[in-house]
Amino acid sequence: MSVFVWIETFAGDALPSSWEALGAAQTIADGLNTDTTALVFGENSDEIADDAGRFGAQRVIVCADDRLQDHRLESYTALLSQLVEERAPSAVIAAATNRARELLASAAADSESGLISDVIDLRVEDGFIIGTRPAYAGKVLMEMTANTATSFVTVRGRAFPAPTPAADSAPEIEAVGADAIPSELGVRVDEFVPETGQVNLTDAAIIVSGGRGMANNPCAAPADMSGNEANIWKAKHGFANTLRPLAEALGAAIGASRAAVDAGYIAYEHQVGQTGKVVNPDLYIACGISGAIQHQAGMRGSKIIVAINKDAEAPIFKLSRYGIVGDLYEVVPALREALEEKLG
Amino acid sequence: MTHVLTFTRSTPDTAAKVWVDDEGAVTWGEVATVVNPWDEYSLEETIVQAAHGGGESTVVAIGSALHNDALKHSLAMGIKNALRLEEAGADCNDSLVWSALAAGAIRKLGDVDLIIFGKESVDVGTDQHSYQLARRLGWTMLGYVSRIIDADFAAGKIQAERMLEQGKQTVTAALPAVISVMKGINEPRYPNFLGIRKAAKAQIPVWSAADIEVELPKAATTALRFMNPPARAVSTEIIAGADVKEKAVTLVERLFEEKVL
Ligand SMILES: Cc1cc2nc3c(=O)[nH]c(=O)nc-3n(C[C@H](O)[C@H](O)[C@H](O)COP(=O)(O)OP(=O)(O)OC[C@H]3O[C@@H](n4cnc5c(N)ncnc54)[C@H](O)[C@@H]3O)c2cc1C
Ligand SMILES: Nc1ncnc2c1ncn2[C@@H]1O[C@H](COP(=O)(O)O)[C@@H](O)[C@H]1O
Repeated sequence: MSVFVWIETFAGDALPSSWEALGAAQTIADGLNTDTTALVFGENSDEIADDAGRFGAQRVIVCADDRLQDHRLESYTALLSQLVEERAPSAVIAAATNRARELLASAAADSESGLISDVIDLRVEDGFIIGTRPAYAGKVLMEMTANTATSFVTVRGRAFPAPTPAADSAPEIEAVGADAIPSELGVRVDEFVPETGQVNLTDAAIIVSGGRGMANNPCAAPADMSGNEANIWKAKHGFANTLRPLAEALGAAIGASRAAVDAGYIAYEHQVGQTGKVVNPDLYIACGISGAIQHQAGMRGSKIIVAINKDAEAPIFKLSRYGIVGDLYEVVPALREALEEKLG
Repeated sequence: MTHVLTFTRSTPDTAAKVWVDDEGAVTWGEVATVVNPWDEYSLEETIVQAAHGGGESTVVAIGSALHNDALKHSLAMGIKNALRLEEAGADCNDSLVWSALAAGAIRKLGDVDLIIFGKESVDVGTDQHSYQLARRLGWTMLGYVSRIIDADFAAGKIQAERMLEQGKQTVTAALPAVISVMKGINEPRYPNFLGIRKAAKAQIPVWSAADIEVELPKAATTALRFMNPPARAVSTEIIAGADVKEKAVTLVERLFEEKVL
């Protein structure tokens, strides 16, 4: 039976991590001698279906029911569970985003299927799908398999390469109805405020992160501020005017340590670590971050780590490939200039 | 009366060294466990919402006596009742077995209005238990809640803000419901001396599958083996140079050589 891949969409676009999931699904399909079926639900599904074909899906199931609006879990689960029940796929795979975690867990419960979450490696052995996933904040790896006819799997962002898209393709596209979606949904969406103009941390190839050291900004806070309030102002100013320009020059996302978040220097959405996001970019630049074990838990998987810290003894240097010992408020601007010179 | 319930468990201290021993088992030596750090927020929110509804709060752990520590911490924070479910032979590491037990407990209690989870557990970190329980109960699920705008227990309604990757969504749903909460939703309190003393003396009831009349499903997953991650040898190059500018130029060159720029 085919391997299903849920192509997650937002505002009519597919998420790039969905193509990574499609690539992972193809490996599984090859191992099981079957094909891949992309599931494209909601707005703009026809166009995304063609893209899914170019990224390698042999078949695409589209559904454009109105009740799929607003990304409510209940409607997506009903639809996915209906398809799983009707077609008994070998696997259902998606990128491990928040929405995919809740969707796959819910549908796996409906069909009493095993779910292997957040895998960084997948293989087929004797017809079984085996996933490798980090546990205990990456201190341990575990291999898991599902004992059920359908295996549900979420794959960690950037752990699998996205396939190179073909110029054109002709996947078999099938439109389905969504009879299973209840006409009355339990959740009403009152408002949605998009997060604009920011690179998503988990998708980012480059991340520039700031820590508690951001407060040591040499610029003066407004005269009416003092103490903690002045520190917060300086750190925020540093994130906006020192870190962000470097991030923009690199096309990078902005990360932060928990100390920076808890002190109010930057919003929690940016926190990297055990109680924040787990990221694995090609390049991670830690500025004014000491490298506590809980921070490492979120960024240890980065390909190249660079530390900028004025304390040569800071533990962050031990896991970094490159380090500059110095004041981040001197180093970061110099780095941006050097970069701009190099790029011309 | 309003009844707000939460689940929690003990996890090894986040600073602990964790490794796979010669027998292939995961161990953290003698290091103590802590309440799952993500659950500090759900415990706090449970106390706050139970008080807001003028009702009861209960904390439940599923698994061995290891989790008594987390339950006692919860009681010390101010949760009223604690309960542990343990079933010999049940593979509670499987989330479908887990959620069958959890759903049985909720049905047996009978009067729960709201279940609050932490976003994930720091050890296995699957972020899947809450959704599967909601599905088994047939209740509405609101994941990734960053703020409860209002839980109106009398009217049976909850309005909350959810933190999605693309932005913030405000939703209204009917109770009973299951929610999972994010860090930042509140400032978790520290247990005070009196709370700790009271919790230390508490007798925590233990229920089995028979007590809640649950027939356990077969485990849907198998953990095949645990491994220590391959050692990652990094040789650190501290960039040298006459001044900051020279160091910055050298670093940029290195990063181009590494092909990450
Ligand atoms: C249960 C639990 C969960 C946790 N989860 C997380 C998590 O998810 N993420 C996380 O990050 N932490 C987490 N922590 C916290 C973690 O233990 C550390 O406290 C935190 O990471 C420290 O942040 P920091 O490195 O920014 O601050 P510090 O440790 O204070 O380090 C600041 C660094 O900045 C340097 N510095 C100062 N000024 C400058 C300057 N001008 N130029 C250059 N360098 C400068 C200093 O030398 C120092 O090394 C958690 C802790 C616990 C107990
Ligand atoms: N055995 C357990 N007993 C009680 N709560 C649990 C158990 N396992 C997970 N949870 C809770 O479920 C939530 C999500 O955890 P997880 O799905 O494991 O990432 C957290 O609040 C955990 O504390």
